[in-house]
Amino acid sequence: MSAVLDALAALGAGGIAVLRRIGRASLLFVAMAAGVGELLRKPGLVVAQLYGIGVLSVLLIAVAGLFVGMVLGLQGFYILSQFSAEATLGVMVAASLVRELGPVVTALLFAGRAGSALTAEIGLMKATEQLSGLEMMAVDPVRRVLTPRFYAGVLSMPLLTAMFSALGVLGGYFVGVGLLGVDGGTYWAQIEAKIDFSEDIVNGVIKSLVFGVVCTWIALYQGYDTLPTSEGVSRSTTRTVVHSALAVLGLDFILTALMFGN
Amino acid sequence: MRNTRQVEILVGLFMVAGMVALFFLAMKVSNLAAVSGGKGYSLTARFDNIGSLKVRAPVKMAGVRIGQVGKIGFDNETYEAVVTMKIEQRYDRIPDDSFAKIYTAGLLGEQYIGIDPGGSETWLEDGGHFNLTQSSLVLEDMISQFLFNKASEGGKKNEDPFAK
Repeated sequence: MSAVLDALAALGAGGIAVLRRIGRASLLFVAMAAGVGELLRKPGLVVAQLYGIGVLSVLLIAVAGLFVGMVLGLQGFYILSQFSAEATLGVMVAASLVRELGPVVTALLFAGRAGSALTAEIGLMKATEQLSGLEMMAVDPVRRVLTPRFYAGVLSMPLLTAMFSALGVLGGYFVGVGLLGVDGGTYWAQIEAKIDFSEDIVNGVIKSLVFGVVCTWIALYQGYDTLPTSEGVSRSTTRTVVHSALAVLGLDFILTALMFGN
Repeated sequence: MRNTRQVEILVGLFMVAGMVALFFLAMKVSNLAAVSGGKGYSLTARFDNIGSLKVRAPVKMAGVRIGQVGKIGFDNETYEAVVTMKIEQRYDRIPDDSFAKIYTAGLLGEQYIGIDPGGSETWLEDGGHFNLTQSSLVLEDMISQFLFNKASEGGKKNEDPFAK
């Protein structure tokens, strides 16, 4: 009998712990969202974070976008040429990039490149009691440290995604038109005819905004909520990448179903 | 860490590059440039069967895109499809006895509306109506018609079915 009660208690404790984490994460989100007014008065804080989160990610995103586009060009050409429909290569490359691959791959790379760095930075600040030090000086660490990073992440993601997709379309063009002999005019004309601005581009931007919010939020929460030990920081960093990847993939399915499922 | 000014310049460059990429996607990779001439006037036409015509399908005259399909409705009284087209303002000289037909691009491609100009001296205006229309050709109807023709020719042997 007591074994059953123990099992029940363990289950309950686990459930309460999960709810606590969700609650803390939500409170952090509300606090960061409410901090936007203060940031408008001190935009310098966001600019400094945009450098670390956005600018330093450009090289990775640009190279990844170019190569993903080039691979799409190669694979798409191989399949489409079996139906002698090479003319639609551009549509295939652009549609898959703008709708799915751009937002998702950018978010995954962003979680690995910028999200893990954010978690480690905030986690180490907590472990070395810098955040407590700020509180001692009557400075709110959420307002001063976390909120600028949050908005820098949210702002960076759509821009990085746009770069990824644009370079991917160009990569597909280099391979399709340059190497495989698809007609260049047809490549662009088909894209322009078939890709819709509000349906494809805007939905892609909305996706990337959602992913930006989620990835940055997870990274900051994991850092802020970390165990203040070296092992705790290491675990939080791992969790950031895993949780972000799972959240992005799951949300992508839901968003796609909502946007394109009719 | 670099000094603040360099950071600011790099962040500025980052923002500009992102905006340029978005602009490139909007103008070059989507149909925004083609649609953005939002001003236009609408015309309607009734068809017995619109096949697989979709909203935003092109409306063409002599093969040139002059507008797009705005709305597709159904008339409960006459059992006809009512297609509303948005025509760009600069193409405002469509004779009121023009013929609206549904064509298919390629054998199995997407469908669009082609307009054959009539000879009238008065032009269709906003809210105007095409009186002469031709429905889309449904592949199944064509095949069954072909088979019926073949069957009725059953007696005459070894005749080339494409002769006429």
